[in-house]
Amino acid sequence: MNIKFFLKCNKAAHLCDKSQYKETGFLEKLFLKLHILVCSLCRGHAKQNGKLTETIKAANLKTLRPEEKEILKKRLENEISRGH
Amino acid sequence: MELLNPDQWVDKYADYLYNYTIVKVNDPIVAQDLISDTFLAALKSMKNFKGEASERTWLISILKRKIIDYYRKINSKKGSAEVHISYKDDASEGDWLEENAADPFDKTAEDTMENRELGLAILDCLEKLPKKQAEIFKMKTIENYDTDAICKEYNITASNLWVIIHRARKTLAECLEKNWFK
Repeated sequence: MNIKFFLKCNKAAHLCDKSQYKETGFLEKLFLKLHILVCSLCRGHAKQNGKLTETIKAANLKTLRPEEKEILKKRLENEISRGH
Repeated sequence: MELLNPDQWVDKYADYLYNYTIVKVNDPIVAQDLISDTFLAALKSMKNFKGEASERTWLISILKRKIIDYYRKINSKKGSAEVHISYKDDASEGDWLEENAADPFDKTAEDTMENRELGLAILDCLEKLPKKQAEIFKMKTIENYDTDAICKEYNITASNLWVIIHRARKTLAECLEKNWFK
């Protein structure tokens, strides 16, 4: 595979990640669109990447805030230091 | 035999346990209390851990009992176990037993459970990642932090961040592919 072509795919993969978070600018979007149009490998990757984004959204995951985790840790540590 | 590491429980499993609990109790404060109680109970019964299940499976089994206890307690406070039935309309009130035992039109509960399974599968896959990678991925993707904010917090450059995100997404996609990408 030609090095120049590989670099372009690398760039497309990076832009594809950025676009999952809606952080691509106009020119970046254009580059990605054109690249995907001609490169079936990246087209496949972009499709899968988009599916991952949708899947994560559908799962409606919740995470504890750092301070909430800190409270859990403190209680556990207190108990550990009390002789367990 | 698997060993227990209580000092890593919160970082490794708190989010998993939280997602497991929140669908069942639907109250963040109660869920956090139940998780805290679970950790403390686990600490007390560490000697009962035989290493046959994974650390997380063992914690979940304790959490399940805590959730049941919680429901027993609130039900006994009300004086009797209450069963909530929502009638679809007044006309169908008479035959609530057959009609409402399994309501094929009420898909919400089922969907919520399915989403929970999916959420737990995602967290399961995230456990395969190095701790820092998983944390950064969660901040970016689940908590929707700005790229700048994460870079500052972890003292990394934006391109470091995107490399981490790329690796995490790749691992996650491979991990979820079999069961969840249809």
